[in-house]
Amino acid sequence: MARRVLLIEDEPNIIEAVSFILSRAGWTVHTHSDGASAVERVRAHPPELVILDAMLPGRSGFDILQELRQDAATRDLPVMMLTARGQARDRELALSLGATHFMTKPFSNAEVLDRVRDLAGG
Amino acid sequence: MGLERRGARLAGARIRARRLDLGLAQTALAQQVGISASYLNLIEHDRRRIGGRLLNAIARVLDLDPAQIAQGADGALVGRLEAAAAQHDAPLADAEVLAGRFPGWAGLIAAQAARIETLEAQVAGLSDRLAHDPELSASLHQVITAATAIRSTASILTGGEALDRDWQARFHRNIHAESLRLAESSRRLAGFLEAPGTSEAALTPLDRVERFLDRMGHHVAALEGPNPALSPEEVAMGAPDLDPAAREVLRRWLMTYRADAQALPLEQVAQAWREAADPLGVAARLGCDLPRLLRRLATLPPGAGPAQVGFATCDAGGALGPRRALDGLTLSRGAAACPLWPLYEALSQPGRPLRVRAAMPGESGAVVLCQAVGWIETGPDWAGPARPRAAMLMLREEVGAETSGAVPRREVGPGCRLCPRDACPARREPPLVPVRSDAL
Repeated sequence: MARRVLLIEDEPNIIEAVSFILSRAGWTVHTHSDGASAVERVRAHPPELVILDAMLPGRSGFDILQELRQDAATRDLPVMMLTARGQARDRELALSLGATHFMTKPFSNAEVLDRVRDLAGG
Repeated sequence: MGLERRGARLAGARIRARRLDLGLAQTALAQQVGISASYLNLIEHDRRRIGGRLLNAIARVLDLDPAQIAQGADGALVGRLEAAAAQHDAPLADAEVLAGRFPGWAGLIAAQAARIETLEAQVAGLSDRLAHDPELSASLHQVITAATAIRSTASILTGGEALDRDWQARFHRNIHAESLRLAESSRRLAGFLEAPGTSEAALTPLDRVERFLDRMGHHVAALEGPNPALSPEEVAMGAPDLDPAAREVLRRWLMTYRADAQALPLEQVAQAWREAADPLGVAARLGCDLPRLLRRLATLPPGAGPAQVGFATCDAGGALGPRRALDGLTLSRGAAACPLWPLYEALSQPGRPLRVRAAMPGESGAVVLCQAVGWIETGPDWAGPARPRAAMLMLREEVGAETSGAVPRREVGPGCRLCPRDACPARREPPLVPVRSDAL
């Protein structure tokens, strides 16, 4: 059975490209564009891995991450944060809030694939 | 010790230094000016004062201006050298000797130090802007997002794996769309970096509206009178070089203008101002609220109201509406403004008129008579939150000069990051450039 990744990102062309490469690698990719309802989506359909953008409409990725980590059901869910804000303090914030991995944009497709395999265990 | 006394005291040292620079023996100089070598020695060690014909003679032999010997190097130049050394923690003794012996090089050092200080302030300002300017941050984010999409999509297309034609076409369209976004956002970003705050690309809707109003003198004749020639919407639509967001800002401003013009006809306000020249007095005479009157005074045509006027409004968040500058002075919109302007104080005291003489830093700092008042906006329904607002009129100090002595003076600034008032009790953060004692 294909493993599920939830991509929480609001940029359509990034969604399309990342979804394509992950699907081609055998993942089932679900996408969600709205920050305000993202946590609800994760709880409703728990994935193996979340790829979470930092800047989302309605709610920031950092807030979403913090709430996921406060919930016992999602505390250990692998979360890879993507952000265009690559400053050290954003990396530190993401990791302090419990991000499993932090990746800055622009990223390489190969790196995304490698990290997803590592974080989701294969 | 004052520079002048120090200058005189070191006259002998300057003679000696110059003599040695010229390779002239003490006995030779003494002979040429007609004194003994021992006497010259006393002079060079500042044990004898020198003046008159002897000073002139020595100056002639040494090819110096007598004033250079007597008074020493330009005091201002020495001061700049000492300041430059202090800024870079460089112990510098004998700045005066350096300036006296090598005035050209000393001037170059002082000029370069001033240039460095200016450039450092510009870099710090740009860095601060990069970190805090929301428009710049948004442009940067757009650039990175577009680049990300292009990179990822292009990588798929060139990855070597077979793609069906539908996917190829789709990805090509995506790259095209993102390249257009990248081009536009790059252009905007370049505009910010080329001329911060002045590039057209960097202008917010409020900036654009302010430019339009400045060109109009903040007076809209077409909206005056009982039967105005145009409606606020028509004026807004006819305004050139405004994008839709700016046009909407302008439309709202014009709606308020029209309401103020109807409530306070031009001739009535002009007549009342001629008789009272004080906003409180005029408001009482006309039976109107002070916020409306302050707005109206800021939009009168030349000759009808105060000769020169500045104006600002803000909401409870401190956000400024379209501003009118007074002699180039206005509150900063981009950076955090000084909280000591009475405009912000008025927010917390709705209904209470405030009047202060606001003094900017520096010996030539402007002093303006500020009159401010706050009020609470409510509506449109019972459940909505109260919305504190404030308005401030700025006049040149000579207006109402007979009362200026009774108006308290308050030191304000351009915002903490740029303000040299180190000891200000309202300071929130250190200044970009370390405070110099002569900056106040």
